[in-house]
Amino acid sequence: MAKTTAHTVRDNDLSRRTSPAAPLADAFEAGSVAGVVELREEPFLTMVGLRVQHGTEVGDRIAAVTGGLPEASGGVGGNDDCSVLWLGPTEFLVVAPMEAHESLGGTLIQSLRDALGDGEGQVVDLSANRTTFELTGSRSRAVLEKGCSLDLHPRVLKAGTALSTEIGQIPVVLWKTGDESFRIFPRASFADFLGRWLLDAMREYAAPEVP
Amino acid sequence: MLLISCPNCGSRDETEFHYGGQAHVPYPENPDELTDRQWAEFLFYRDNTKGSFAERWLHSTGCRQWFNMLRDTVTYDIQAIYPMGAPRPAPNTDQPADFGTASLAPDSTTTGTTGPSVASTDLGPAEPAATAPKGATQ
Repeated sequence: MAKTTAHTVRDNDLSRRTSPAAPLADAFEAGSVAGVVELREEPFLTMVGLRVQHGTEVGDRIAAVTGGLPEASGGVGGNDDCSVLWLGPTEFLVVAPMEAHESLGGTLIQSLRDALGDGEGQVVDLSANRTTFELTGSRSRAVLEKGCSLDLHPRVLKAGTALSTEIGQIPVVLWKTGDESFRIFPRASFADFLGRWLLDAMREYAAPEVP
Repeated sequence: MLLISCPNCGSRDETEFHYGGQAHVPYPENPDELTDRQWAEFLFYRDNTKGSFAERWLHSTGCRQWFNMLRDTVTYDIQAIYPMGAPRPAPNTDQPADFGTASLAPDSTTTGTTGPSVASTDLGPAEPAATAPKGATQ
C-alpha cells in the first residue's frame, strides 16, 4: 500500500522531470548576449497534433475549440489559450502553455478529443515530441541565417508566421513570434545538437564587432 | 541545389524533399494474374529517360505531401509541377535544351539553337557525331 502511494507521488512530482535541453541550460545562459541574441529553452509546452480536414463538420468543431485553423502554409491561428500552426493541408500543431496539459489539470486536449468525437481525424498529445527554444534579440535573424535556407528578411517573413523547415540540417518548425523573436521546435532527440549549434552560431556576437 | 516549388509551401531547397521515383506507374489491376516477369517489371523496371521525365517528390520536412514533377534529366529544368493523380502535362517543347549542338559546328557562329539548322545535320547518317560531343544530342 505504501509502495503504491510513493509511486503516485513520484508520478505527480513534476519537479523531477527533465526537459530535452536541460543539460544545456547553463550554457544557454552563458552563451546569451543580453540585448543582442539570447537563447533559452521553454520546456514542457503542451502540444497537440491535429489531423483534420478544413471545411468539414468535424473541422469546424475543432476550429471552434482552437479559435480557427490556419488556411495555408505559414499561417498561425488560435485564441488566448492556444496557438495553431499550419504543418500541412490537413495537419496542424496546437501549442499551449504547460498548464494546459491534462497532467496539470488542463482541459485543452480533452476538449479537442470531445470536438473530434468519432469524426474523421486525429487528436494526439505530442507534448513530449518536441521542445521549444526561444531565440530573441537583434541578431537572432543573423544566427538563423547561418543554417536556414528560408528568406528570413522581415520583408518576406512576417511576425506571426510559422514554417516547417531545416535549421543546421535539423528539421524544425520555425515560428516568428515577434519582430526579433523566434520559437524553434526541434524534436526532443535533436534538441542537444541544435542547442549546441545555435550556441556556436551565437558566439561571434559576444565579441565586439570587427569593423 | 535545385529550388523546388512545392504546391503548398512555395520555393524550398532540394534538401527538404525526397525523391519518389518515376510517376504514373499504376498498381496492376489483377496482380494475381501477372506472370513473374510482369510482376518484376512492375516492381523494378523503370524508364531511364534522357530529357523530360515525370517523377514523384515528397516535401518531407515541409508539408509532408506528395506531388508530381516534370523535370528534364539533362538540364535539371523543372518544366511542370502538378498534383498526384493528375495526367502528365505535355512537355514544354518551346524551350530548347541548354546544351547546344549548333555551337560546335565549324560553320556556326551562334550558340544555343538560334542558328541555322545545324542540329538536323548532326543527326544525319552522313556525318555521324563528327560535330557533336558524345551525349550532346537528344
